[in-house]
Amino acid sequence: MSVAEVSVLRSSEARQARWPAPLVVISLVIVALGFTAAIFSSIIVPNAEQENLLLGISQPSWHHVLGTDELGRDVLAMLIAGARTSVLGPLVIAVGSMVIGNIVGLISGYFGGWVDSLAMRWVDMMFSLPALLVAIVVTGIAGSSYAVALIVLIVLFSPGDARVVRGAVLDQRHRPYIEAARLSNLSSKRIMTLHLWPNIAPIALANGFLDFAFALVSLASLSFLGLGVGPGSPDWGRTLSNNMGLLQSNAWAAAAPGVAIILMAAAMNVLGDWVYERLEARGLEQ
Amino acid sequence: MNARLWLSFVLRRLGASAAVVLILSFGIFGLLYIAPGSIVLTLLGTRPASPQTIAAVRAEYHLNQPFFIQYLHWLDNAVHGNLGTSIQSGGRVLPSIAARFPLTLEVVLYGSIIAVGAGIPLGIWAALRRGRGTDQVITAGAVAAVGAPSFAVGLLLLLVFAVDLNWFPVYGTGQGFFSTMWHLTLPALALGLASMGLIVRFTRAAMARELSQDYIVFAQARGLSRMQVTSYALRNSLVPVLTASGLILTSTLSATVMVETTFALPGLGTLLVNSVTFKDVPVVQAVALLLTLLITVINLLVDVTYALADPRILFTRHGE
Repeated sequence: MSVAEVSVLRSSEARQARWPAPLVVISLVIVALGFTAAIFSSIIVPNAEQENLLLGISQPSWHHVLGTDELGRDVLAMLIAGARTSVLGPLVIAVGSMVIGNIVGLISGYFGGWVDSLAMRWVDMMFSLPALLVAIVVTGIAGSSYAVALIVLIVLFSPGDARVVRGAVLDQRHRPYIEAARLSNLSSKRIMTLHLWPNIAPIALANGFLDFAFALVSLASLSFLGLGVGPGSPDWGRTLSNNMGLLQSNAWAAAAPGVAIILMAAAMNVLGDWVYERLEARGLEQ
Repeated sequence: MNARLWLSFVLRRLGASAAVVLILSFGIFGLLYIAPGSIVLTLLGTRPASPQTIAAVRAEYHLNQPFFIQYLHWLDNAVHGNLGTSIQSGGRVLPSIAARFPLTLEVVLYGSIIAVGAGIPLGIWAALRRGRGTDQVITAGAVAAVGAPSFAVGLLLLLVFAVDLNWFPVYGTGQGFFSTMWHLTLPALALGLASMGLIVRFTRAAMARELSQDYIVFAQARGLSRMQVTSYALRNSLVPVLTASGLILTSTLSATVMVETTFALPGLGTLLVNSVTFKDVPVVQAVALLLTLLITVINLLVDVTYALADPRILFTRHGE
């Protein structure tokens, strides 16, 4: 191997595997479609849950693009209607756990000391728990409702966010701009919210994307097991388990919500990863 | 000196694990109290609520005594293998768990073998072709796999390989080694895919880091073959990957609940889901306790393996 080849190898090693632009655009489109369906489902498909027992199960046709289920409900309409609980629920979880995680992480990282070690004990403890199992057991036993499922998942997700935010705070805490703010006698609250947090927000946001993807899968898993959403709800996880028996007659009835969950989760993961990558690239330039 | 370091390390980790198990067992006992309605009615289930049955339940769970004493009685019973009676079936809890445990273990091991066996080579391949098409395809696939829920993957696998192509059975567990393998292949694939994605990412990152070290450049400059250089990097990057695989085993353990439900396999996972749905608290407590112990033991083993591979760990306190 020649010296030139070695140097070429070295320079390409510095380059990370970048997300190709088309993949990022496709992910953006998928996420946009999901949220459009979730927000406007009552306008797009007002009668999604209307049964047509005379029709029953049918294969995809011009009238029903993805066919119908056992009760003659249109699979595509159910898919769009199901986006509300399947997509907005994870958004609530991601936002909720980010709010808690940011507050705990900021305070714990900024003040340090016993507050910090107490908070980190809690984080370590929660981290050692298998989140999905805990969610299944607690949601199931405590009386399964959608609100309980959301609250349990927020509690389980916030420690991860707290850890990420705390790490970012520790990285910023001793930078000159924070020391300057301290010397100017600004209150801790003001430094944390107006000076420190804006520099951490991008990392928290990127983490929020990954939270959303994980929350989507967890919530869908719960409703697949019949926990969280009520029977007959068009929620994707629930529809999938309801239509497991239709694999031979109209496989789309079960496959469509499954594909929707997978695509939505993958797209969010790609976007989260991409945001992280942009942040890292920006960090290198500084 | 070395033996003393090891002893203190292992004792410290054992102590920490025991503390975690104790705290969690408290929470698991507390499950009784978060069920809606009175505890007596929860424990009676479908049995008639006569004064005799109520008295029996109150006596068995020491409900006349304070919460903490109830917990101690419950813990004492659990340690002695008495995990109570199932509300749903009326039978002892422990035998029904023991009957279902082997199947879960088989699926988890099979899935983990697939994840490690395919994940490590794919990760190495991606690291060797960094920044090129192969790398991008593998990395993108890994990200999609990590995010994909096992039940949806399982459903698609069923649809393609069992219903359409007819290569694998739709349900059942099979008799004998080869038939069991054949029946459990799709569940193991569904279970292992997410872990495989994680292992690919770990391996790729570790391998890429090693490949950019100076000793690799030096080895290349000395004209060693590509194979030899790769094997140097591989040896150094596998340690973190193998310890990560141990941690992945614990997440596989929880994912098996979803996969067993999807494929209707009579394992621990379906037992847990059925019991949760039925509010059969004693069974839920027993399964949760067993899983807690398993996960703690795996974590402990991972820690020790890690210390064996990198003795510097012995000098640091945990969590730093």
